[in-house]
Amino acid sequence: MNPLGEKYLRKEFLPFLFCPGCGDGMIVQAFLQAVDDLGCIDDLALTAGIGCSAWIGVYMNVDILKVLHGRAIPAAIGLKATQPSRKVVTFTGDGDCLAIGGNHLLHAARRNIDMTVVMVNNQIYAMTGGQVAPSTVVGSKTQTTPYGNIEKQLDGCKIALAAGATMVSRWSTAHLKPLIKTFKNALNHKGFSYIEIMSQCPVQTGRYLLGSGSPQFNLQWLKDHCVKEEDPSRWLEVESQGKIPVGDFLRIEQPEFMEEVQRMNQRVKEEQGKGGDR
Amino acid sequence: MPQRQLESGMMFNGEGRKEAMKKGRIKVMLGNEACVEAALLAGCRFYGGYPITPATEILEIMSRRLPLVDGLCLQMEDEIAALVAVVGASWGGTKAMTATSGPGFCLMQEAIGLAVAVEAPCVIVNVMRGGPASGQSTSTAQGDLYQARYGSNGDYSLIVLCPSTAQEMFDHTIKAFNLSERFRIPVIILSDEVVGHIREKVFIPDADQLTFVERKVPTVPREEFVIFKPEENGVPLMPTFNTGYKSPVISQAKSLNGNRGNAKEAVENIHRLVSKIEDHMDEFAEVQVYGDDKAETAFVTFGSVCRAARSAVDMGKEKGLAIRSVEVKTVWPFPDDLVRRALAGAKRIVVAEMNLGMIQREIERVIRQPEIKIELFSKIGGIYPQPQEFLRFLEEKR
Repeated sequence: MNPLGEKYLRKEFLPFLFCPGCGDGMIVQAFLQAVDDLGCIDDLALTAGIGCSAWIGVYMNVDILKVLHGRAIPAAIGLKATQPSRKVVTFTGDGDCLAIGGNHLLHAARRNIDMTVVMVNNQIYAMTGGQVAPSTVVGSKTQTTPYGNIEKQLDGCKIALAAGATMVSRWSTAHLKPLIKTFKNALNHKGFSYIEIMSQCPVQTGRYLLGSGSPQFNLQWLKDHCVKEEDPSRWLEVESQGKIPVGDFLRIEQPEFMEEVQRMNQRVKEEQGKGGDR
Repeated sequence: MPQRQLESGMMFNGEGRKEAMKKGRIKVMLGNEACVEAALLAGCRFYGGYPITPATEILEIMSRRLPLVDGLCLQMEDEIAALVAVVGASWGGTKAMTATSGPGFCLMQEAIGLAVAVEAPCVIVNVMRGGPASGQSTSTAQGDLYQARYGSNGDYSLIVLCPSTAQEMFDHTIKAFNLSERFRIPVIILSDEVVGHIREKVFIPDADQLTFVERKVPTVPREEFVIFKPEENGVPLMPTFNTGYKSPVISQAKSLNGNRGNAKEAVENIHRLVSKIEDHMDEFAEVQVYGDDKAETAFVTFGSVCRAARSAVDMGKEKGLAIRSVEVKTVWPFPDDLVRRALAGAKRIVVAEMNLGMIQREIERVIRQPEIKIELFSKIGGIYPQPQEFLRFLEEKR
């Protein structure tokens, strides 16, 4: 077994439920590499919702609360709120995060609460058998768009940027080295970080949307289509060529929610001590 | 757990009242306010909420009070997030609660099932208003009785308490936190607009006069700990996150070690989730009788309707009518035996409730005697029953 796996996986839970060729295993490895480099395994508290990517954290030997479809982010907020020293990370997918859980993403980002959302984007509802997702390309024929998808895609990174996330990145499973670096930055970032990972699903996206169920083909597709472009003013141009911009888009310092809470509590208590208004 | 302190109203009405009353204070407060007061005393330090009439005061007062005790009150984006955050906070090691009303309670149903499945102690207050849908936001009702018990998917059990006074809002909130920690379950306080918004005297005992129950955490080394293996009382120990136990907590059907379970393990888990509560009902089930407990005429009531029924019993007594009013304080799991005992000898049973007959069905199930009529005195539309109407009902339907 890979030494990282030996060190950090919950071996009694193996084998993975991921299909052969799935990107989720690569993400497990990249994340554990980042955690190992930082030595922060004991500080982690993970949450997840429902979907293939929601199982990523379950195999890691850490505290994980795996909740309902779309609800991983509020669960993470509850964990962070009760002990701010936790490093809270949510593993979610494109359906979980952008459809049923979209509202939670907006509001966690706007609070700039210190947590990391890892959104694994395979452009489809894979676990339920290949239905259209908010991230599915226009024209795609899925199980629920048999005549072609007529709805525009939702871009999670743009949503996170607009909602107030203070760190936003997108990489793919074909970019593991920069992804590991981004994971480390996110785990050390004081604020809300959103990391999207374009990932291959050979079984659903590959077979039905891209024309091949071969993992190599799907990984090559990601290599060909994910273009490093960190300047948002050039995204339209990249997208017009059918490509997906990747890179580290934003990393800024802004007041973090739990620190603000502690500051407020301190201030209110001092005012009370002076006989201030309740 | 000492039964005495858990019983509602005991501090206020029971024996040794005078002595007990020296150790506390009396304050006139809203039912909803009394709920907050008790929650803070019980150690609640996280509140996730969303504004909704007639429960909003709980959120408002929490937002004022929690910062003063280093707690956090979060107004979430919806009621789903509110209760899910409460579940997260619970596993984070904190006593946590939320409050809502009908439409918000609908949104919370999935997370009630979640709290049951991941065995997260928490308290949920539903200050009932008229339904269905948006219904009557400022009017009282008792139409969520089944929803409180059966609203989430699958087989499960939980505890639902029904306060009828501001005092009971206080007492039941203490009791709810204690039961949630004892059984590791969501406990629902099924209040209603009348009880939430009534302003009356509440006795607040000093903290050292109350008993507070805390969840049991594991102390064995991690290698020896099996996360969902129950103790003798059916409840597993609960390791707080980031205390070294590296807990896998999933909402799926699971095996004892927390992994996805097979059918046999799923069955065992469901049975345990139900029996850990229903095998121990003697610890918490509560039914009170007001009036003449030998009277042949009996009202059965819960929540705010208890108040009008009490007045009706008193008015009946003046007219020479013997009536007893059976008040169901813990409506779920339904206390069959206690209700049967409280109704023993009754020839005429009138179930009074602000819905189209919900407790009535339970009474029909529990009292299977064809010679006893079980009648329904129902008021809906936000119109609270007047005591005179109870007596008129007894006369007219004779």
